[in-house]
Amino acid sequence: MSLTATAKAGPRSPAGTGPGPDDGRGAALRRTWRKASPYAYIAPFFTLFLAFGLFPLLYTAFVSLYRVELQTSGEMEWRGIANYTALFTDEYFWTSLRNTFTIGVLSTVPQLAMALGLAHLLNYKLRGRTFIRTAILLPYATSVAAATLVFAQLFGKDFGLINYVIGLVGFDPVDWQTGTVASQIAVSTIVIWRWTGYNALIYLAGMQSIPHELYEAAEMDGASRWRQFLHVTLPGLRPTIVFTVIISTIGATQLFGEPLLFEGSISGGISHQYQTLGLYMYEQGWGFFHLGRAAAIAWVMFVLIVVLVGVNALIARRRARKEAGR
Amino acid sequence: MTALAAPPTTPEKGDPPQAPPSARRIGRGGAGRTMKGGWLSYLILGFALLISAFPFYWTIVTASRSNADMAKVPPSLLPGPNLIKNFEQVLEEADIGKALLNSLIVSGSITIGTVLCCTLAGFAFAKLKFKGRNALLTLTIGTMMIPPQLGVIPLFMLIAELQWVNQLQAVILPGLVSAFGVFFMRQYLVQSLPDELIEAARVDGASTARIFWSIVIPIARPGMAVLGMLTFMTAWNDFFWPIIALSSQEPTVQVALRQLGGGYVNDQSVIMAGTLLGTLPVLLVFGLLGRQIVGGIMQGAVKG
Repeated sequence: MSLTATAKAGPRSPAGTGPGPDDGRGAALRRTWRKASPYAYIAPFFTLFLAFGLFPLLYTAFVSLYRVELQTSGEMEWRGIANYTALFTDEYFWTSLRNTFTIGVLSTVPQLAMALGLAHLLNYKLRGRTFIRTAILLPYATSVAAATLVFAQLFGKDFGLINYVIGLVGFDPVDWQTGTVASQIAVSTIVIWRWTGYNALIYLAGMQSIPHELYEAAEMDGASRWRQFLHVTLPGLRPTIVFTVIISTIGATQLFGEPLLFEGSISGGISHQYQTLGLYMYEQGWGFFHLGRAAAIAWVMFVLIVVLVGVNALIARRRARKEAGR
Repeated sequence: MTALAAPPTTPEKGDPPQAPPSARRIGRGGAGRTMKGGWLSYLILGFALLISAFPFYWTIVTASRSNADMAKVPPSLLPGPNLIKNFEQVLEEADIGKALLNSLIVSGSITIGTVLCCTLAGFAFAKLKFKGRNALLTLTIGTMMIPPQLGVIPLFMLIAELQWVNQLQAVILPGLVSAFGVFFMRQYLVQSLPDELIEAARVDGASTARIFWSIVIPIARPGMAVLGMLTFMTAWNDFFWPIIALSSQEPTVQVALRQLGGGYVNDQSVIMAGTLLGTLPVLLVFGLLGRQIVGGIMQGAVKG
């Protein structure tokens, strides 16, 4: 093998500075180094991970028990659970919790359903396959900020293109900013636009890993296309679907950029009608300077995500078991 | 900072090394593989592409008109003559030029740093034996799903303590943490780096460092490229943390766009010109490497 040859020709291990491989002390040294050296490979990642990843996550719980102001973030004053009680008695907390949930459903369900349909079509033998796949992923490459600014334009009340088209069809223009349902639909549309193509590709990858023989067998049993989709594709895709549901749930729970930039206000509309938890956290921390309060919200979001993901996983497992028991 | 760059799959403990991940081979299975799409499929897909592309077209249309044009009924559906003028204005008013440069520095550093750190750690997790390997890997994978947004408050306190607020390293260093990247490189190397190759090199007396440079890096290169592209895109588009850590004095593109959208500039066509400028670099990368990015995302989705 040529690679082995290169390795042989190359210089010896920098650790093995001893006179030769048979020298006892050199060998011992080399053995110690060989045991220790793997840690050198993970050290850069784990140093950063501990400092900027794990520590902030865990410390959030701690901060949420203190009064911390944005300008003097070095000073902390013990408050116990006061941040949480203040949170649970704030009506806007409940509004944003409800909004996060409704926007989450409004954006996730159509998004995944459409992605599934698109993936099914993409799985056919198509001309310009690569082009179609790439083009469908284009929204995913766009930043939240850019996408939201364009959609805010399109959803303009008086001069937006969408209301113009609605007018052409003969309906009254919709106030996409003030109405609760309308504004939430508009915000969800941005999410759907950005993520449908991405999820379609994930589903496509899942579909392509389903063994072809299963379809042949189904065909021999006289199963129609639709039944094949129901009884071969969907079960085969189940782990992928669970995965996308979980990822979308997590994404929906922390939705932030879209509601922030839709009108540029940190309160999520004039009556908080589309303020999400992520935006509420930002408002408390960087609008009202209550970092401790914001940490409490972050912690609530974390618990929420754990619960939602847990429920998802539980449902998936139960269905899988039911399926296996049949 | 986002963990959503591409989907990880549930890692099977001790999964045997499989054939190299050639995406084409995976394409064998599937229902419609042999079935040709009918005109209806093309119609629906064409419609989907139209919706995907329309906001981009609309950005160009609005960015090339004047603010007065925006209030016209019926709206103008074709590009106008003001593109250059609007570009000039947004460069002057919102400092998009500086934002573009900053974004390039930030995303570039994050990409290089992440790919390096993740390849090193991914190699160790895939091929080296050491105490605590499984525990550390589980810890890494376990935090992959937790949105980093939830740690922003302590993170902000940390960088305030270090006096890094409004400095680019405040965004770069936390951006280097990619649990997904470690997992991705580990999976890649488990599949494409045969143990025998390492054994042979060891017999020949090569050190681990030597093995890493002469054997691992060349084999890992395609995986590193995919990770690099995904990381660059994520870093360029990252929103939450940069708007907290930076301000209009030292903006990235996303921070500048936020300023634009926050009522700082009142001219809609200028805002759209800024949006267009901020999106162009990513579109360029996507136009050149879109195929590989698609492959990377689909590869990440298939069970490793």
